[in-house]
Amino acid sequence: MAFDKNNILEEVTGKEYAFGFTTPIDTDKAPPGLNEDIIRLISAKKEEPAWLLEWRLEALRIWQNMQAPAWAHLQYREPDFQAISYYAAPKQKPALNSLDELDPELRRTMDKLGISLDEQKRLHGRAVDFVMDSVSVATSFKAKLAELGIIFCSMSEAIREHPALVRKYLGTVVPRTDNFYAALNSAVFTDGSFCYIPKGVKCPMELSTYFRINAGGTGQFERTLVVADEGSYVSYLEGCTAPQRDENQLHAAVVELVALDEAEIKYSTVQNWYPGDKDGKGGVFNFVTKRGLCAGYKSKISWTQVETGSAITWKYPSCILKGDYSTGEFYSVAVTNHMQQADTGTKMIHLGKHTTSTIISKGISSGRSQNSYRGLVQINRNAAHARNFSQCDSLLMTDRCGAHTFPYIEVKNTTSKVEHEATTSKIGEDQIFYCLQRGLDEEQAISLIVNGYAKEVLNKLPMEFAVEAQKLLAISLEGSVG
Amino acid sequence: MLSIKNLHASIEGKEILRGLSLEIGPGEVHAIMGPNGSGKSTLASVLAGREDYEVTDGTITLSKEGEAPIDLLSLAPEERSREGLFLAFQYPVEIPGVSNLNFLKAALAEQRKHRGLDPLTAREFLNLVNEKSRLVELDGQLANRAVNEGFSGGEKKRNEIFQMAMLEPRLAILDETDSGLDIDALRIVASGVNALRSKDRSFVVITHYQRLLEYIVPDFVHVLYKGRIVKSGGRELALELEAKGYDWIREENQPASV
Repeated sequence: MAFDKNNILEEVTGKEYAFGFTTPIDTDKAPPGLNEDIIRLISAKKEEPAWLLEWRLEALRIWQNMQAPAWAHLQYREPDFQAISYYAAPKQKPALNSLDELDPELRRTMDKLGISLDEQKRLHGRAVDFVMDSVSVATSFKAKLAELGIIFCSMSEAIREHPALVRKYLGTVVPRTDNFYAALNSAVFTDGSFCYIPKGVKCPMELSTYFRINAGGTGQFERTLVVADEGSYVSYLEGCTAPQRDENQLHAAVVELVALDEAEIKYSTVQNWYPGDKDGKGGVFNFVTKRGLCAGYKSKISWTQVETGSAITWKYPSCILKGDYSTGEFYSVAVTNHMQQADTGTKMIHLGKHTTSTIISKGISSGRSQNSYRGLVQINRNAAHARNFSQCDSLLMTDRCGAHTFPYIEVKNTTSKVEHEATTSKIGEDQIFYCLQRGLDEEQAISLIVNGYAKEVLNKLPMEFAVEAQKLLAISLEGSVG
Repeated sequence: MLSIKNLHASIEGKEILRGLSLEIGPGEVHAIMGPNGSGKSTLASVLAGREDYEVTDGTITLSKEGEAPIDLLSLAPEERSREGLFLAFQYPVEIPGVSNLNFLKAALAEQRKHRGLDPLTAREFLNLVNEKSRLVELDGQLANRAVNEGFSGGEKKRNEIFQMAMLEPRLAILDETDSGLDIDALRIVASGVNALRSKDRSFVVITHYQRLLEYIVPDFVHVLYKGRIVKSGGRELALELEAKGYDWIREENQPASV
């Protein structure tokens, strides 16, 4: 038959990662290696207070006595932590009065990424913090947010301007001792975003952070802290890209969320770090600790993630449901193609009474990739009437990929109710043929079917992000049925 | 309109169609009948371009007045569709999470693009949906549902005819559209099809039973047996088959040389 599938496959697998450019900006880069001197250098560069330097040094000591976790269903060569440069900042004037003073190359980078800040301001009313190579370079909409008492700025600025708040919450949800990568991040984080929503304030716009690794031989270690005070609400978005490089770049971030009484935080991520080429060369190692604390009565934290990038993903956005009647949610689509490996999921720790959690995980595996869901639902002794519902679905696109599910359920209270559903299916040739017969081409067919499969999760994303995510899913899976 | 000559097709090395020839003129309705395993559904699949089947010999040509004839076998399934070939599936496929209307909107946009037309506006599209869904009494029932998901057997078949009405093909193949339908659903489906009959639209109606042909009256009836058309006639042939079964066909075609 004349319809040649191989041609299509060849054409699309030849397609380049669209964000694989580097920006020729001067960077101020520390020599590789990790020791006390480097920590002191970072802290001095950032003109940090003494307590933070001590906090970092303690983290370094903790890290030096820890081992990288080996329990994940991942195979990779551990990065050489002494070969990485832990500080790389775009060189520019230290203080910017307006975005117009940004390095023009940097402006062009943002434009290429589709986050022209001016345009964002005009069209979408979304406040953006742009973090490149660990340093936050631009935050928009600050004045407007300040009128409501909302603080949204880079972590460095927060440390300077709002030290009491940072000190009160930093490391309270993800302690330095939590795990190997969290300890590393605590020692060397160079920037990130900070957000505080005061009592009773509903943040009127999406807050958004854009992360980009640019310089070669560097790692990115950003730290994000979001605090929602009593009765407040915020929706927070995070996007990530990186240039194409042959070596593996390390990304080890920590995100901490705190929701007080009746506060709600919605945190959405579209992660598109460079996944490596189709033979598995290069790509970002993504070891991220994300955790939210529902500290208050009736508080709510909702994680939504669309994971399409990275060579290695190790990531478990979690909720500690401490306040009575608090709610945790986790909605995830994780796509792996070619040689990518993902071990991702969530932890729902029920401590308070009448706490509820929902987990919807949709894995999509293609090529020779390995895609694992790993989730813990823990109902503690005092969590009377706690409820959990988990649904973990896997969709296989080829015969050579793997989908794995590792659910852990620990229940110590007899009044609780836990439900777990799981399905595994292979993308149907019948479904594709049905679409073809109606005039759609194969790429459109796959895109439709996959987006339909992931719809429950995509629906949770803010509108504009959802469109981006749908396109991303289609691109990530082009030509992948076999 | 459609000319099939000496078609041979096999699946997994097993030959199913063995020299099938058929001529279909514009606006004609041809019924294909035959015992189980005679190759009826294979013919539908081969016409639509299903990859599992290998065409080993023969030609299929699609022609339209004033246009150069098209070698159907050289086209991919989606190209055949855009050239106006529509298959109403025997088992319509469910696509969870994909809205029926979005699916059709995307399909219609592709069909129109092929004809050099812009996609319909949202309003035009919805007007068309309202008009066409009424044909099969599906109006108001499609908006929020995923493609065939949770549809009853009858709804699935009505949805196929509705899609046909939306895409306006020049050749429609109905693959056992009557299977699994109760008498009311059968009547609805048949009247939908009859409303779509026109002088430039041809139909191939594949069925086991004469019953459907009481509602969709064919111009020609063919009997498919062991991968070949062994008998052709008018509507009365269907009645004869209904009365006598297929045994006499088998006897007439005892293997002298198969």
